Parts: sequence; C-alpha cells; structure tokens
Amino acid sequence: MAELSNQLLPVAVLAYLVAMLGYLAEYAFGGRGMVARAAARPARELVGAGVGGSGSAAPAGDAGVLTAGVLTRDPSTAPEVKKGPLHAGAVAVWFTVFAAIAHLATLVTRGLAAGRVPWGNMYEFVLALSFVGVVTWLVLVFARPALRPLGLFVTLALVLILGFAGMVLYTEAAPLVPALNSYWLKIHVSAAAIASGLLLIGFVPAVLFLIRSAYDRGKRSFPASIGARLPEAEALERLTFRLHAFAFPIWTFAIMAGAIWAEAAWGRYWGWDPKETWSFVSWVAYAAYLHARVTPSVKRTVATWFAVAAWITMVVNLYVINFVAVGLHSYAT
Amino acid sequence: MTGVVASARAFWRWLTSMRTALLLLLLLAVAAVPGSIFPQRNVSVESVGAYQTQRPELSRWLDRFGFFDVYASVWFSAVYLLLFVSLVGCLVPRLRLHLRNLVMRPPDAPARLERLPHYAASTDDRPPAAAAEAIRVSLRRGRWRTAVRQHEDGTVTVAAEKGYLKETGNLVFHFALLALLVGVALGSWYGWHGNRLVVAGEDGFCNTVMQYDEYGLGARTGPGDLPPFCLRLVDFSAEFLDNGQPVQYTADVVYTEGGAEERPYRLRVNEPLRLDGANVYLLGHGYAPVLRFTDPSGTTREEPWPFLPDDAMLTSSGVAKYDLAELDTGLAGVYLPTLPDDPSVQRSAFPAERDPALMLVAYQGDLGLGTGLPQSVYELDQGQIDRGELVEVGRSMLRPGDSWRLPDGSTVEFVGTRPWITVSVRHEPGERIVLFGAVALLAGLMVSLSGRRRRVWARVVPDGDGRSLISLGGLTRSEYPGFAAEFERVTQITRGEQRTPLATANERGT
Repeated sequence: MAELSNQLLPVAVLAYLVAMLGYLAEYAFGGRGMVARAAARPARELVGAGVGGSGSAAPAGDAGVLTAGVLTRDPSTAPEVKKGPLHAGAVAVWFTVFAAIAHLATLVTRGLAAGRVPWGNMYEFVLALSFVGVVTWLVLVFARPALRPLGLFVTLALVLILGFAGMVLYTEAAPLVPALNSYWLKIHVSAAAIASGLLLIGFVPAVLFLIRSAYDRGKRSFPASIGARLPEAEALERLTFRLHAFAFPIWTFAIMAGAIWAEAAWGRYWGWDPKETWSFVSWVAYAAYLHARVTPSVKRTVATWFAVAAWITMVVNLYVINFVAVGLHSYAT
Repeated sequence: MTGVVASARAFWRWLTSMRTALLLLLLLAVAAVPGSIFPQRNVSVESVGAYQTQRPELSRWLDRFGFFDVYASVWFSAVYLLLFVSLVGCLVPRLRLHLRNLVMRPPDAPARLERLPHYAASTDDRPPAAAAEAIRVSLRRGRWRTAVRQHEDGTVTVAAEKGYLKETGNLVFHFALLALLVGVALGSWYGWHGNRLVVAGEDGFCNTVMQYDEYGLGARTGPGDLPPFCLRLVDFSAEFLDNGQPVQYTADVVYTEGGAEERPYRLRVNEPLRLDGANVYLLGHGYAPVLRFTDPSGTTREEPWPFLPDDAMLTSSGVAKYDLAELDTGLAGVYLPTLPDDPSVQRSAFPAERDPALMLVAYQGDLGLGTGLPQSVYELDQGQIDRGELVEVGRSMLRPGDSWRLPDGSTVEFVGTRPWITVSVRHEPGERIVLFGAVALLAGLMVSLSGRRRRVWARVVPDGDGRSLISLGGLTRSEYPGFAAEFERVTQITRGEQRTPLATANERGT
C-alpha cells in the first residue's frame, strides 16, 4: 500500500502538469487574449496585401490561401484558433479531475498503509492541504467556468507543492508518535489542512487581482501584462474575499482545536511555540485583511496586499518553521 | 488647557479609528515574530542560557529590550493593550448604535428611490394605505423588520430592514476577544505550575512548591494555594516500532487527594490526570540506573540515579555522587539501553532495553558538595575536575549484575534500571473563560461573515383616482451578490395579483 501510494504521487503530479499545459494552451491562444489578437493581426494585413496584389475584394477567410506563397499559413488553422484553445481548457479541467483522483488515491493508500488518518507528518499534511486546494478549485471552476484561466496558476502551485513534497518532505509511512496519538489529530490537523488549502486557492485570485488592477491602471510591464487575459478585477477581488471569508473561520477553528489539544497533551493551551506563534501571526494577518476589506477608506488593492502578506506567513509557518525552529511541533517534519 | 483637551480628543479619535486598529493589528503580527526567532524564557530557560553564552554581547542588548521575553515585554504588551483600548473605544459606540437600531424603526425611505442600486415600480388598484399595508404584511412574513409612515401629502412609505445578526455577530466576535484577554490575564494571576521527575517505585511527591524541581506561581498565587495531593509512579512502559519510533507511553501512577485513599491512574501523553484544582501531564521519560555502592568501610547504599536522554534512542547520561567523609566518589555515566554492534560508537541502537550497558567513568576526590553552591544532579562540576580536586580513577562498562572494584576498595554494582517520568502539574483557572471566549469568537465570526444587512423601501403615492403608484428601492450594506435575486422576489411579492407592473400601466395610459 505504501509503495502504491508512492507510485500514485508522480501520476498525480504528471496529470497536474498536463492540465497545466492545457490551461497554458488556452491561456496563450485563448480567444480574447493578446496572443490571439496578435495571431489574428497578420491575417488582416495579409488581406490588405491580397487586395492590393490581385485587385479583387477577397473575403478575410481566404487571406491564407491568397498569399500562400508569401506567408505560409495553413488555412485549416484559422477556425482552430477559435475552437482549439477552448478545447484545451476543457481537457485541462478534466485532467485536473483525473489528477485530483490520483491525488486522493495517494492519500487514501497512504492512510491505509499507515493505518491512520493520512495527515500525521509534514509530507502527508502538504498532500492533504493541496488536495483540499484542488477540490476547492474544481468546485469553483465547475460553478463558474469563466474562472478557468486561473487554472494555470492553480496547477502551477500544485505541481510545485507536490513536487517539493515528494522530493524533499517524503517520509516512510508509519504509525503516530505518542504525542500525535489523539482524536484531536483528526480535528485539529484536518481543519488546518482545509483552511490552508482554501487559503492557498484564495491566494491565487488575490495575486491575479493585483496584477489585473495594475493592468487596468495602464501598466504593461511583465506581471501586469498577464492581466490582459485575466477575468475582470472586480470578479477576482470578490472571489478572493469570499474564499478568505470562508477559510478564516476554519483557520480560527483549527487554532482553537489546536489549543484544546495542546492543553491535553502539553498542559497549556497556548505556549508561544514557534508553530503557535506563526499561526497567531497568520491569523492576525488574515484578520487584518478582512478588517481592511470592510474599512471604506482602505483601497481594495491595499487590502488584497494584506491577504498576500498573510499567505506568505502561512508559507513561512509551513516550510520555514518546520525546518528551522525547534519546537513542540517539530515531529511534524 | 483647551489645547490639551483638543489634542486628547484628536488622539482618541485616531486611536479608535478603523485604520489605526488595522495598523495595530499589523504591528501585533510583526511584534509576535521575534518570539519565534530568539529563544524564549517562557519556553526554555536552557536555550536562552545557551544563546547568551554563545553571543554574550548581542544577548545583553536583546535582553535589555525584552527579546527573550517577547510576550511579556513592554512593547508587545503596549501593542496589544493599545489594540484593546482601540477596540473598546470603537465597540462601545457601535454597541450603543446597534442597540438603538434594534429598538428603533428602520429609517424612512430616501427621497429618490430610483437612485438606489435596486429599483422597481408598479401600480396598485387600492388606495395607498391599503397597498402599503399589504406590502408591510408580505415583508413581515419574510421576517423583515418594517415601519410604515404616513406622510402629509398622502404618500405612505414602508421601510424594511433585515440582517441585524451581522452586526450582532461582529460585536460578539470583538467582545469575545476581550473575554479572551480577561481569561489569559486571570490565568497568569491565579495559575501555577510545577515540574517534577518521578522514579518508579520511589515515594513520589506531594503538591508543595518545595517538592518541585521547577515551579512558577501566578502573580496572585502563594505557595499555600496549592491543593493537597500526592502522587507516585508504580510502573512505566513504552512501546516502540522497529525503527525506534515511539508508539505509546503508559505511566501507571497512584495518587491520593486531600488525605483520601490511594487511587490508580493510567497516565498517558494525551490523557492527563485531572484533579481538583490541578492537572498532571506526562511530559517525558527515561532510565535511572540503580547502583549498589559499597565504600571501603563496608557501608552499602543502593539507589537509582536518573539519567537524562540525549537522543531519540535514549542514550542517556547522568551522574552518581557519593559524598563521603574522607574521599568523595563521582561516577559520570552514559547508559545505552541497547548496545550497538560497534560499542565504541557510545550511542544506543534502540530505545528499549534489549542489550543494556552502562559506561562509567569514576572520579575521586572532593565533589565540592560542601561548598553550599547549587550543583547539577546530572553532571559533575567541571570546575572541580579542572582544578584537580576530582581525579579520574578508572573507566568501565557494566552489564546488569556486574560489579566494579575501584582502586580505593569501593565497589560499584550495576543492579539494573528503573524508569522515571517527568510530570508537569498545572492549574489554569482562566481556561474556561478562554474556551468560552474562543467559542463565542468563532460563532460571532461566522455570523458576521455570513450575515447580510439590507434595506428595502416602498413609496406608495396616490395617483389621484383612488389607486396607487408604488416605487420600490433596495440597498445592501455589505457584500451580497444574491441581493438582486432577493429584491426581485420582494418586488414580485409586493406586486401580487390585482396589481400591475408600471410598464403595463403605461401602455394602458396611451
């Protein structure tokens, strides 16, 4: 079972990678994107050239045929520019679904191998939280297909997270150490994984909103240039808020459950252990985001920066603290 | 004088503004970070000491600014106290306003309903009073709070509001934060803790500060406030996987509370012993080699010496000290529960006792115990060795049952080992308040994030021949994408059967 789980992880990662390429294809050649427009432009110029050359009013669709000798442009590609990428995007979503199934199977076989819930160490925790992330993403994309361009960034994040988990964080499947052997593991860690997964997905529209609003302000240099093909700023911002508003109470609950467990295991509900400190920092940072969001005098972009900063504290808590700081949560590595 | 009052008012306004609260929240997050970078006294005094010896110059400055006690430092306290003052300053007026809103009727319709984000119009065959009453009744059925106002020009307005829970949740959330602070403060005043190492089969200990290896009393707690109970360790067992990872620790203890008879309890890591006014937690465990020491005169003593674990395989080190009249003996030892294949490694191969061995280095001379200075019970005083007052007289590896004769004629017999545990005894009276506060906080948070405050107004104007023109306006006061649909439902309800939409009325007019 443990072996099967180990073999399923690369399957999931590869499927996410394929999905990412699908989203990328849609993103790069998508209907209203800059690339699509740029690809369409020579065709129009060719029409002009064709008109001038032959002296007849040729319809735009014949442009490729007319100038076949000058610029090789297969006429059959013209309709595909419109249809192909859409296809790629839909295929990407179904590959994401397939990857998510492999991802889930990785977790389930892992749990069966260890004979417990599959979130007893950092490797498993990262697997679990990213699974929550992908489920959240799939729910979003099926509810609102307009969000599909975000898939590129979601799968990119998933590939990075899972790749790092498989290569660096991997630990053998084993039973729990005594301190973790409690039903609170099911409550506290699953809540933390769900909140982290949601906040991971919340981070994507947050960053894209900032990019999109920079684009809307007229910026055209690199990160802002992506903005051309993103959903509208307002939609991204609203999605960011709703994901965070949904995840924040779960994160609060995760910390509370952790405190109750800490009382039973270590005798105190709060002891400023490095992990506790950083989850407090993240909580305050996300509270600041939600607070900024409802403060009328704070701009939406400023508020969203809070969410980005808060996500950075989550990453620090997950990756840096587990490796650098020695604390009571150290067995999590 | 007025200047002072004015600037004080300005400061208060600044402090209680939402932007300041936001700034303080950020400051709080940033201020909490150093506590995870530098070692903290409240977490581990030993690591602070180690850090100080490593970087004495830097440590002096860090200590001066409280970086080893971040969460008790002046600056950290200043941030959260300012935040809470800001919170109170912001909450009290909001609470007053909210209570007034709950009692008062929803405000009257604005002059131009068509300027609101949601607007609809229709006609009604009944006179304004009856039409407005019908609207009121249907809104009331939808659990809207309503108020009907009769105006002098014959216009009747219906004002309706819904979603008061949002602000209620918001206030509960913020007041719960205050409750949390109160709970934490109570805990630090009236709480206490003590840590103690207990060897199996020994007398154990009773709950007095004298009997703890380390203890801390809250600011308003005295040694006399500790409830009377005694506890001893009968046996301890640990289960390990083949790779040495622990699976379960079980400590069988016996306790008496307030002079009652002894009761057994199975103490485990996640299963503390909960007594009246104190909880006992299992923190750690280890081995205590039992040595039978016979001095040259033939006097024999047998006792366990707790060794502290150095690694996950329970390689443990410690010391046995024999303070005799003429010549002291100190035995510095390393205990390996499972001797590795290569004994020179001096690291245990497994945490359970599969092939135990005790490596001893014997020193004789003056242990320095008579000086009155406190000494570690786990190591020899290196100063005594450096000064030549303690001299190494031999080394040996003992298996259980082995005896070792020292040059002066004393003998050391390694009888075996006994397990020991460390327990933490704690009392935290603020816990209940903190838990209550946390639950209220979460409930308030969820209500506040999911609630939606919205208002609907209807203005019913007489059209001159006994019928009514109705205009409806709607407004949300928070993020609520579904309001358009809800407003649509409201307009449909108010239209009813005998009323016709305005568009139709217009057609009839032409």
